[in-house]
Amino acid sequence: MNIIVPVKLVPDLVEELSIDSSGVALDTAWLRMIVNEFDDHAIEQAIILKEKTGAHVTIISVNVEGIDDLLFTASAKGADRLIKLTGDVESGVNNHALARGLAAFIKELKPDLILTGVQAHNDLDGSLGPQLAEYLGMPYIGYISGVKADGEKVNVRKEYPGGLIGEMQASLPVLLGIQASEQPPRYVAISKVRQMMKTVSIEEVDLSALDSKGAPVVNRMFQPEATERATMLSENADEAAIQLINIFKELGTL
Amino acid sequence: MNQDIFVAIEHLRGKVSEISYIMLAAAHALAKETGGQVAAIVFGQNAQSITSDFNADKVMYVDHPLLKDFNPEAYQKSMVGIIDEYKPRAVIFGHTTVGMDIVGGISAHLGLPLVSSVRTIEAGSKLISQICGGKIMAECDLPEGTALITLVPGGYKPEQGQAPQSPPLTSITPQQLGDLRISLNQYLEPESGDIDITKEPLLIAVGRGIQTQDNISLAEELAQAMGGEVCASRPVVDQGWLPTSRLVGKSGATVKPKVYLAIGISGAPEHAEAITGSDVIIAINTDPAAPIFNLAKYGTTADLFELIPLLTEQVRNIKG
Repeated sequence: MNIIVPVKLVPDLVEELSIDSSGVALDTAWLRMIVNEFDDHAIEQAIILKEKTGAHVTIISVNVEGIDDLLFTASAKGADRLIKLTGDVESGVNNHALARGLAAFIKELKPDLILTGVQAHNDLDGSLGPQLAEYLGMPYIGYISGVKADGEKVNVRKEYPGGLIGEMQASLPVLLGIQASEQPPRYVAISKVRQMMKTVSIEEVDLSALDSKGAPVVNRMFQPEATERATMLSENADEAAIQLINIFKELGTL
Repeated sequence: MNQDIFVAIEHLRGKVSEISYIMLAAAHALAKETGGQVAAIVFGQNAQSITSDFNADKVMYVDHPLLKDFNPEAYQKSMVGIIDEYKPRAVIFGHTTVGMDIVGGISAHLGLPLVSSVRTIEAGSKLISQICGGKIMAECDLPEGTALITLVPGGYKPEQGQAPQSPPLTSITPQQLGDLRISLNQYLEPESGDIDITKEPLLIAVGRGIQTQDNISLAEELAQAMGGEVCASRPVVDQGWLPTSRLVGKSGATVKPKVYLAIGISGAPEHAEAITGSDVIIAINTDPAAPIFNLAKYGTTADLFELIPLLTEQVRNIKG
């Protein structure tokens, strides 16, 4: 089975986010970029399928700072082919433009299965998966937390609210938006990643002349103003513990 | 093109999803700007009766055996046909496991603009989206042409989308669905056998900030001392540190405890929407900008690894 996994880096939300001087974008100077966690699960699911049924796994991402680490890590986990997209796409791209650019290129790779994160937290024009599927003429199912290969078909677990699962079947080729892999993304030793850096090469594909039609234009970005903010207790653990105990007593919890 | 606002209604196994009413409320806000009517688009089989409390000017109903349950391929084809024929000013979808499966494909298929994660619609048809885990808001104009919008909860109350009188219903001829490449085999019921966290009055919730599986025991010990139960946000369950039966959030349980103690939880929208019914939320998170502090009544940025053991100890002392 030929599996393609398009992945993205996103700002690390643990860091403080600020808006740049244009007022319509995040200030990238201090941003720490990390792999979109759903994409990390998509990589894991692809590797699990490779281990269970045999597959060739290709990871594709945009060339931004930190991408080589991500790709070599995927390789250390078991990915077979690494591709980074260069050119206009590097200066930041919305999902409509990325989906169109990727579709033209991925068509040539003749995938049986495409796995990608179901969403990214900074998506503003929908998620990548369903758009890419449409440009490739494939069906799409998202919010997937388990994939079993079955010949020319896959059986998947689609999540609904309240813990309900819809077990669905799709004929290949299909594009799946991954919410969670069957097992949590595996850990790989940094030594193994370093070894990949020496032995594996990353292919580069130029993705220029992008078409962003369909994505919105942002007038302004801002940080939400809290209408009601918590009463803040002490930041000192000893004092906060005493305050919390008193609150629990007041609430009748203790 | 007309100025009407269409709403892609969601229902699951005979029950209208709450987001549908929130979307109807948002649609009225937008229709006031555009001067059009609000139409609820409903797909299903013998599902006409679910529309009786919709706050809508009209219902457009499509009946087909293949639309009985959600099938992204069948729903997308059907919605493409309707949008192409009626050309409304905007169509609102849920930013949900249903709406998000089809809206991107519709945008790509028909070449229509798409704005996602919209929370409120403000004067001048400004769409305010909530991104980056609730830390950043983005304002866009309603795009030209038929605009596709996905709506997150939080900006409108479901009651605003309900009305005492049934709206008029028109049946629409189904699209030719042809051979579908996707089918639903069956529903798998949520795991049972564990406790039901939706019925617990005291929940000790852990998030990504708990860092390791071993640290879950910190929360378990506090829960045991206080007589509560442990639950978790998505990252903790995805790591396999707690079972899915303990998941609170968009794809897990919606909870309404008396006290919800959120430990190391940032309060991303997917989690926040499922805890707003709690009487009192108390948040412990070292990030003072974490959105959870906008939901909580009390909060502290103290380090959970110092604070939780102290709390457990003091609770034990009090309870003897």
